[in-house]
Amino acid sequence: MSKTRASLMRMGAVHAALIAYTLVALFPVFLTIVNSFKSRNAIFREPLAIPTPETFSLIGYETVLKQGDFIGYFQNSIIVTVVSIALVLLFGAMAAFALSEYRFRGNTLMGLYLALGIMIPIRLGTVAILQGMVATGLVNTLTALILVYTAQGLPLAVFILSEFMRTVSDDLKNAGRIDGLSEYAIFLRLVLPLIRPAMATVAVFTMIPIWNDLWFPLILAPAEATKTVTLGSQIFIGQFVTNWNAVLSALSLAIFPVLVLYVIFSRQLIRGITAGAVK
Amino acid sequence: MGSLQLKTIRKAFGSHEVLKGIDLDVKDGEFVIFVGPSGCGKSTLLRTIAGLEDATSGSVQIDGVEVGHVAPAKRGIAMVFQSYALYPHLTVKDNMGLGLKQAGVPKAEIEEKVAKAAGMLSLEPYLARRPAELSGGQRQRVAIGRAIVREPKLFLFDEPLSNLDAALRVNTRLEIARLHRSLKATMIYVTHDQVEAMTLADKIVVLNAGRIEQVGSPMELYNRPANLFVAGFIGSPQMNFIDAAKLGDGEAKTIGIRPEHIGLSRESGDWKGKVIHVEHLGADTIIYIESETVGLLTVRLFGEHRYAADDIVHATPVIGSMHRFDADGRVIKSGKTGNGAPVIWPRPGI
Repeated sequence: MSKTRASLMRMGAVHAALIAYTLVALFPVFLTIVNSFKSRNAIFREPLAIPTPETFSLIGYETVLKQGDFIGYFQNSIIVTVVSIALVLLFGAMAAFALSEYRFRGNTLMGLYLALGIMIPIRLGTVAILQGMVATGLVNTLTALILVYTAQGLPLAVFILSEFMRTVSDDLKNAGRIDGLSEYAIFLRLVLPLIRPAMATVAVFTMIPIWNDLWFPLILAPAEATKTVTLGSQIFIGQFVTNWNAVLSALSLAIFPVLVLYVIFSRQLIRGITAGAVK
Repeated sequence: MGSLQLKTIRKAFGSHEVLKGIDLDVKDGEFVIFVGPSGCGKSTLLRTIAGLEDATSGSVQIDGVEVGHVAPAKRGIAMVFQSYALYPHLTVKDNMGLGLKQAGVPKAEIEEKVAKAAGMLSLEPYLARRPAELSGGQRQRVAIGRAIVREPKLFLFDEPLSNLDAALRVNTRLEIARLHRSLKATMIYVTHDQVEAMTLADKIVVLNAGRIEQVGSPMELYNRPANLFVAGFIGSPQMNFIDAAKLGDGEAKTIGIRPEHIGLSRESGDWKGKVIHVEHLGADTIIYIESETVGLLTVRLFGEHRYAADDIVHATPVIGSMHRFDADGRVIKSGKTGNGAPVIWPRPGI
């Protein structure tokens, strides 16, 4: 009896902590969305208030949609993020498979070398990257961003995925070899489905910094045609005057695509976890 | 069809040599079991035959064809793994049919072969299920079914019963024996369990530290072990080893007597001793005796016997049942005790 009560107490404490954290994490999002629906005066007078009929205004959204090509910015962000994630997952998984599956000279060194990027920020190489992009004529293209983000995401992807791939049973892969599956088929049809939860984790970790990044779009692709959402929103932040309605509306809009991607990946994540639990 | 020849197979991982020159001939239709303690190289040898490991040197021939550089799928083999190794995302039917599908066999033929194999293993009700929905025994039957479907020249089993519980192990063992009779296929089977080896094999290969210690039928190994290792490994409880000097045998170094080849009496006998422990198993009684002349002895009597700890007893070895080994552990063939003579049955002294 006392044992169940103690565990109830513990459950309560855990939930209280989690709820508190959720509130803290959601507060800025809440503030952004709520204020994006208010008039400029109302934002400054009562930033925490929920929009009322008097203060409700869509002026921010109107500004955003009128000024600049926001649909285009969204498209750019989505193309860059999705293609980068796809490349990171593909190349990351392939490198991880080679590192975890085959014995070759320099295997460990290669693994360390590939993981080094986790510790060294890619932004240190910005000047060299820019020079390279200028030399190859890739400045102001989405390709430039995709290449940089793929490089940025690979080290962590290789590291996490190779650890997971080591846990896939050797017998299973050998059974595939005896059944005549090629090494590619073993990789694609046996190993990848089994490490799907890890792939989802990597996808989420890779996606968020790319979506939110301001640095590389500003340096490598600041042209109107290649602006991303984060960069596009900056036009409303001036040195002297900031159009808060527009900034908040742009940010509110920018949350949704990333939310959709997150839901897709997290479902994979949960499916992976429960599949293991039911077995 | 399915014969196998191994010629001086060596396998080294770095500087560590796991297989030190294995020669073996397996005839068509034979059931051969590799047995030995863990780390003796038996699984590595099986994987070398399968082509999952490359031998450092030596040759593997299946049906007289050198297969050293042939991919596992093209060697005409099928393998059953200890961990079942079923594809988790495929149904039982697809699991069994994948090998044929990869080989480009027409769909109707795959269906037919899968149905036939499923019938042999009574797996029909489970064909649409996934491995996660099956019990351990069912999974292992699917793994065996997957091997049958491919109609291989050689079946390779890598400790297939180790993950099953005791009752299921006996059933599956019978099933494999039945399968061997009905398919008349060549089977190579790896186990560390000497009971499995004794019950299933036509021919047992005893491996130790990367070498073959002895090859023979189960009864050959039991009655005529070639050396101390085989004598100690085959048979349960283990053979008694007695220092030959204690028995006044100047030629041999060690004398071995199986526990079932010693008679016990309360009145008289060769070796007097005190009972230290008795195990009543119903069909047998195992008695451990501390003897003044020969040290610790294990005696196995058939049926129930009323001995208890601290009883004083006299043990007498059955004539002609002693195995004599020289200083290198090799058996001494000639000699007055006549190693290898037929065991006298029923034994006197009981």
